[in-house]
Amino acid sequence: MSQSVETLDEIVERYPGQPEYLIFMLQDIQSTYGYISEDSMKVVCDYSGVPLTQGYSVATFYQSFRLDPRGEHEVRVCLGTACHLKGGQRIVEEVERRLNVAAGGTTEDLRYTLSTVNCVGACALAPVVVVDEEYLSNMTAKKLEKHLKTLDYDLENETKEHGHV
Amino acid sequence: MSNVSEALKIEDWRLTSAEDLKALQKQILSGRDPNRPEIVVCHGTGCLANGSEKVSDALRTALADAGIEAKVMPGIKTTGCQGFCSRGPLVLIRPGGLFYQRVKPKDATEIIEKTLLKGEPVKRLLYKDPASGDTILNEQDIPFYKLQERVVLHNIGKIDPTDIADTIAAGGYQALAKALAGMTAEQVVEHIEQSGLRGRGGAGFPTGRKWRSALKAIETKGRPVYVVVNGDEGDPGAFMDRTIMEGDPHAVLEGLILGAYALGAEKGYMYVRAEYPLAIKHLEVAMVQARELGLLGENILNSGFSFDVRINRGAGAFVCGESTALFTSIEGKPGNPRPKYVRSVEEGLWGRPTILNNVETWANIPLIIGKGPDWYKKLGVPHSTGTKVFSLVGKVNNVGLVEVPMGVPVSAIVEDIGGGVPGGQPFKAVQTGGPSGGCIPYSLKDTAVDFDSLTKAGSMMGSGAMIVMDEGDCVVDVGRYFLRFLEEESCGKCLPCRLGLSRMREILDNFSRGRGSEQDIEDLISLAQAVQDGALCALGSSAPNPVLTTLRYFKDEYLAHVNNQTCPAGVCKELITYTIDPGLCTGCTSCARQCPNNCISGRKKEPHTIDTDQCIRCGICRETCKFDAVRVS
Amino acid sequence: MIDFTINNQKVSAQPGWTVLETARYYGIDIPTLCYHESVKPSGACRLCMVELKEGDWSKLVASCIYPVQEGIDVHTETERVNNVRRWIFEMLLATCPASEEIREMAARYGVVSTQMPVHDPDQNCMVCGLCARVCEEVVGLSAIAVMDRGVHKKIGSPFLRPTDVCVACGCCVSVCPTGAMQSIFDTVRGKPAMEMTQLAV
Repeated sequence: MSQSVETLDEIVERYPGQPEYLIFMLQDIQSTYGYISEDSMKVVCDYSGVPLTQGYSVATFYQSFRLDPRGEHEVRVCLGTACHLKGGQRIVEEVERRLNVAAGGTTEDLRYTLSTVNCVGACALAPVVVVDEEYLSNMTAKKLEKHLKTLDYDLENETKEHGHV
Repeated sequence: MSNVSEALKIEDWRLTSAEDLKALQKQILSGRDPNRPEIVVCHGTGCLANGSEKVSDALRTALADAGIEAKVMPGIKTTGCQGFCSRGPLVLIRPGGLFYQRVKPKDATEIIEKTLLKGEPVKRLLYKDPASGDTILNEQDIPFYKLQERVVLHNIGKIDPTDIADTIAAGGYQALAKALAGMTAEQVVEHIEQSGLRGRGGAGFPTGRKWRSALKAIETKGRPVYVVVNGDEGDPGAFMDRTIMEGDPHAVLEGLILGAYALGAEKGYMYVRAEYPLAIKHLEVAMVQARELGLLGENILNSGFSFDVRINRGAGAFVCGESTALFTSIEGKPGNPRPKYVRSVEEGLWGRPTILNNVETWANIPLIIGKGPDWYKKLGVPHSTGTKVFSLVGKVNNVGLVEVPMGVPVSAIVEDIGGGVPGGQPFKAVQTGGPSGGCIPYSLKDTAVDFDSLTKAGSMMGSGAMIVMDEGDCVVDVGRYFLRFLEEESCGKCLPCRLGLSRMREILDNFSRGRGSEQDIEDLISLAQAVQDGALCALGSSAPNPVLTTLRYFKDEYLAHVNNQTCPAGVCKELITYTIDPGLCTGCTSCARQCPNNCISGRKKEPHTIDTDQCIRCGICRETCKFDAVRVS
Repeated sequence: MIDFTINNQKVSAQPGWTVLETARYYGIDIPTLCYHESVKPSGACRLCMVELKEGDWSKLVASCIYPVQEGIDVHTETERVNNVRRWIFEMLLATCPASEEIREMAARYGVVSTQMPVHDPDQNCMVCGLCARVCEEVVGLSAIAVMDRGVHKKIGSPFLRPTDVCVACGCCVSVCPTGAMQSIFDTVRGKPAMEMTQLAV
């Protein structure tokens, strides 16, 4: 616990304590912890000298910030125009059904977070799904399900490998 | 890591004059044999997603295995997006420009052994022109490239964007050196004014006039002033700016430094979309390398002029592409547009005079300063000079990034360069300008692509997304799509945008279900007018454009939804039914196995049927069927 | 002084005034919801749109933030202006059906009903943000703010939980143009409604 607080301090101290660095700090916290907890929000706002309301407004205004823990894997279905014309919405609906989670939500087992994104700028590959950092091109719901299964496989292997620890 | 430090011994090269830069360029070039073959692998986002990193790795391994690494200099070069994304991964062999497409890692050995060692092409990797059926050897002979005029993109696909030596070899920073050595700030602004350059971000405001106004504002308000790059390319279907930032980051940086010099700015910002991690990385690398060489930072080229720049990563908000929202975001607040009738050149970032231009605009600056406004004006047409980069996407054969002189007809881009719609029918419409723009129907395919002609046709240049639609695309659906997009992206501050867009979308939702009346169409137009007139910023005031232009050109299609409860394009779910053509169905059962609602039945090897009451119209059966037996009506 | 016209009537304004301030000074009616003289105008509700004419050309501007200029020709009751107003009122009637204040004001401008679907019959907040601006600019506390964005925008305290930053001064309640702040205030304070009403008085 105390260790993670230190890390949080380390993150904020990369920047001068000024309001203009608020978004930088929140981004770094988000990428380190996967989400912005209430405590970390307080630390950031205190450090950069803004009211808590500003931090919270910022975190809820921008799409990339999360206030709840995310799933192990982030599945982002692109809904840019090219992807829309080529069936992106259908993929979302299908994945929602198969993972039993609405877009924007996280599965109960905390394995996947499903979200949509308005154009990742890889329109030549439409429809595109970005799983974690990997761009998957010309996707169908079926191909995506296959890919997610390989992730599950990795996950199981990891658990097995680290199981004895 | 970078080749700069090894090849150039960067500590010896703190550049202090234009002559220094020339000498460095000369030294880099002298170390290179122009006749030595060079293998160029596209590492644009499109090709990377198709596995081009594995291709370049395989080529490196194959090269090492063949033991000829020294002969190929500098080994394998990876570049930014070469544009022909639908054919990726792309591999080029220079000099000559032998063009390989859809290259797989397993092709690497053959490329090295056959092409590099014996000088023979690998035939199956060559491009075959679908129109003529000819196999084409070299990049420059492929219609997709031949008909383009790559000016802003001239370096992309040639240089390694992470190695400043490549940029300098190609003439990078010469315009900056020229300006610092022999031009006053006033002359730089004059050049931009004379060039006729208009902003590439959307509205097409004359860049020179913007800079001039900023100089005026400085007279009364003094300094500090700021220069800002708008790299928050958010229009769905647009990836021009991404490609420039990823593939030629120094061009953007050089343009920005020139702008800073013209204004006397000491600090600049690059606001880049969070969804573009590679662009951010390449810009960061470029800044570090430029600082090391004395091209950025304190006392640039010993001219006494100092300037530095910071990158702000966007956090996911389309509205931050709007200038005042972008400023509030840089200041660390939610990106709400500012409610002020003051121009950014007078009161921009931190309330100071600010020049904000988009990425492509900045990338034009070094060209204008380097080659002069007279050269630049020869490109394009009188009121829209220069070239424009477009991302060509949707129902078009050659999906990718193209650059053409302003003023060419729409058909030249979509049909000649883009190769037309798959299947050969004419396109239905081309959507330009993204969610703020409109569509050009096939009947207006000769419309010149310049700022004024597109506006006259009811659309707009926008940032340069061109989305090709065919008869299978429904205008009501596309209208709903853009409205839903903007509804989600609206900051929500002003009522016409927050409430009006939702209401417009609800009306279109009803149309897509066959509900509504002609009166609703009239209401939609009147509400659209209220949103245009009432919204606080450009996001809202331009939001009705896609609906209004489709109503202008495709009103019959709206009426078909409203009056006849049909969707002519076969898209709107509630107005279509899926059936199986018993003559074509082979009873392979694959659709029945894929159907998420289990409503397809039939015996093996006998025609299947869809229970239309149970069908959720997801279209998976149609996608699955190999015999084209699933019909939409 | 700066001279110009509103509805063809000659008016003079102090430098720095807005069109709205001038109109109010002369008793010319322009509706507003999010405007309050004690805080900076925010141009959110757009009810105060007026038309600026110049020859054949004209544009709509929000009068609460538009600075006066010599010779401008302002009109407050044109077809375009009324179209914007009518739609905003219609949409507000559907979005904030529980607000009596909105219903009364809309009726004054001839909008008494809406054909739009009502999604939440209890809603009375139109998220103009006046409460939050007063809390920040006048009270200096920023206990509440506008959270989220777009259609999800709402007024609240951080993490939508009671906050001890709030000192229960009740300023937000007193400026709220739609009567919505009563119930939001309860959430912010975490106190029962009765107690809050006493404080507000």
